[in-house]
Amino acid sequence: MSLALDLALCALILGVALATVAGGGVFRAVIFFITYGLFLAIGWARLGAFDVALAEAAIGAGLTGVLLLAAHARLRRMQAGDAPPPAGLNLPAALAGAGMALALGWAWFALPVPATPDIASALPRSGVGNPVTAVLLNFRAWDTLLESIVLLAALLGVWILARDGDWNAPLGPRYHALSGGVLVNFGRFLPPIGLCFGVYLVWAGADYIGGAFQGGTVLAAVGLVALMANVVRPPRVSYALLRAAVVIGPAVFLLAGLLAAGFGAGFLTLPPALAKSVILVIEAALTISIAVTLALLVIGPPDDAGRSS
Amino acid sequence: MSALVVVLTLPLVTALTVLLLPARARVPVVLASSALIVLAAGALALAVWHGGPVTLAVGGWAPPLGIALRADGLAAALIMMSALVMGAVALAAQFELTPDRVGARMGFGFWPLMLLLWAALNAVYLSRDLFNLYVGVELLSLAAVALVALSGSAQALAAALRYMIFALAGSLLYLAGVVLAYGAHGTLDIGLLAVRVPAHTDALALGLMTAGLLAKTALFPFHVWLPPAHAGAPAPASALLSALVPKASFLILIRLWFEAMPDLASGAALLVLAALGAIAVIWGGVLALVQKRLKLIVAYSTVAQLGYLFFIFPLAGGDGSAQPWAAGAWTGAMFQALSHGLAKAAMFLTAGIYIAAIGSDRLGDLRGLARTLPMTGFAFALAAITLMGLPPSGGFTAKYLLMTSAFAAGQWPWALVLAGGGVLAAAYLYRPIAALFAQRAQTAARPIPRAWQAVPLVLAALSILLGLLSAIPFDLLQIGRPAPAQEGL
Repeated sequence: MSLALDLALCALILGVALATVAGGGVFRAVIFFITYGLFLAIGWARLGAFDVALAEAAIGAGLTGVLLLAAHARLRRMQAGDAPPPAGLNLPAALAGAGMALALGWAWFALPVPATPDIASALPRSGVGNPVTAVLLNFRAWDTLLESIVLLAALLGVWILARDGDWNAPLGPRYHALSGGVLVNFGRFLPPIGLCFGVYLVWAGADYIGGAFQGGTVLAAVGLVALMANVVRPPRVSYALLRAAVVIGPAVFLLAGLLAAGFGAGFLTLPPALAKSVILVIEAALTISIAVTLALLVIGPPDDAGRSS
Repeated sequence: MSALVVVLTLPLVTALTVLLLPARARVPVVLASSALIVLAAGALALAVWHGGPVTLAVGGWAPPLGIALRADGLAAALIMMSALVMGAVALAAQFELTPDRVGARMGFGFWPLMLLLWAALNAVYLSRDLFNLYVGVELLSLAAVALVALSGSAQALAAALRYMIFALAGSLLYLAGVVLAYGAHGTLDIGLLAVRVPAHTDALALGLMTAGLLAKTALFPFHVWLPPAHAGAPAPASALLSALVPKASFLILIRLWFEAMPDLASGAALLVLAALGAIAVIWGGVLALVQKRLKLIVAYSTVAQLGYLFFIFPLAGGDGSAQPWAAGAWTGAMFQALSHGLAKAAMFLTAGIYIAAIGSDRLGDLRGLARTLPMTGFAFALAAITLMGLPPSGGFTAKYLLMTSAFAAGQWPWALVLAGGGVLAAAYLYRPIAALFAQRAQTAARPIPRAWQAVPLVLAALSILLGLLSAIPFDLLQIGRPAPAQEGL
């Protein structure tokens, strides 16, 4: 039974992936890409990687989907999306993709039985019970700290794309929402529920499934719904509170690491007795930055033209 | 707190601080913190010089659980060179990228992006963990792409997009290789991978990682993104992109082929890498010869100069690593990385001065500018000496070491390319020099502060000094150099 389910899932993932890259139409490709992300998330869940499944569904399918749909709408507004896609197969890309798939497929059968680092014996000293959180926030905290900075660099890269004259304009395009329409009602109804769920994901992440990235993504979605329904106003890049929200996660993380170094424990070394509380503080700060940064990445650079037109 | 932690974290701390500061406090804070990082880089180099490689297990977790950092002589030298280039670029940018000259957007964006780039470089130089290196190059690429887009013109945005596609494809290939290596050996640590039990998938893993890193290093035929990107960015950003960014992915290649998996370095693979480098030297030189804008000449020269770095693979890698000429070839390539970094940054900063002075970098408009801006003309000429590989510059030391190794190894074709590349460099750099030192000035130049003009001069002079005082960096580079494979083991 479960084998049949897995085989069907694999076939669906491959079919939807093929439908995404083959065939015409940007819109069609975007919709298939979102579907692809959701099936992939189910695939991760079937493999028991629930944290990855959550991240894939929230970021891979959810936020990326919103981003792609917004890009498609923008292309259509500029009458650039109507150009027919190039006919036929892109042979070099198809060959490269097929070659890569074959090589990785061969590697799957050639790989020896993996030997993984001994996480179980170190877990009691990490301060948390969820091994994924232990790896992200303690064993390999330097990776996670740099990743939170990568997110910040991406946001700066998006802001830089603004026109010079628009720099002080509110972020993102203007969203149209009919008063009393579905979007406005959703904008008032969904955020409280999303807020609870997002905060729960972060809190539970210490010992169960979840964490700052997953919780932050849910909170980002809450912010986006509220923004698109015009329930909250889009901020400007010069807004001090906005800058602080973007910076606080990496800043608290870095500060914790440097304090540890200052007290002689070593950079990013968390004493086992304090580890749990320090990790929770870092995760709380990271969640704020991740949520705000992801939402701002989706709405895009300051844009006055989208407002006046 | 150790110098290693300071060079690792101070650029990050400053980047976050700059985002919160009001505009007028930005530049003083960046300059003060740059000075501190240069000092810390010096302290780290001294510590390596006296006590050997400096290591740190981040978080107190030893590999394979945690991430190890290690400053060997090579990392310390690159950190020092990058700190000098970054400090100089910050000094030049305070004149060039003021909000009233370039607008609030560029006047804000350059500073945090420059600092994030710096943090990423130092993270990559120090890391011993393949996945941590991936995160490092991701940060590096994103900051670099944003710096290309900074000038805001349609060409710059197109160049940035093309750069991003190459960089992301490179990241994915590299990551696929990392996953295979981890899947086979359960570790990401370079030191542990060096003593692994070989698996069938290792060659595929190394091949994927190498292909990804070549795209990021812009080795021929992956170089097509580089010239428009480096020429389209504002000059201080171009200096960082050309002088420093490709060195990071090149260093990872060295870590892979000399330290993590030297047993896989077959003669044919090493030959292919160096052959691509040789083509890059010639092709980049020829294209630099036909450009009409100074920044494009300097950008194509980067394609050519990066090619020399790859001669290290057949001369010092694989079976050659135990040979007596390996040390010379290894050190020569590293001298090339260091001297090219200093000279290329100097050249882009002089281009920035010319653009600020006359609003153009077309060769025809540059005629006679050495008379009105003598310091800048002198800086350009000094940097050109290094890139041509003329004595007594660092570029000469690099090419001399590579050439003697090539002859000693009996691989004379590389020596021919070294000589030919030098002639090409002399030819493509003669054109801007001839224009600059022409008798009559073509265009009236706006005055440029002397302090600004001094910045590229100092960098260019350092690239010459590297050759005059080559004994010190030579010895530093040997500290922690991967030991040659023992015969018969």
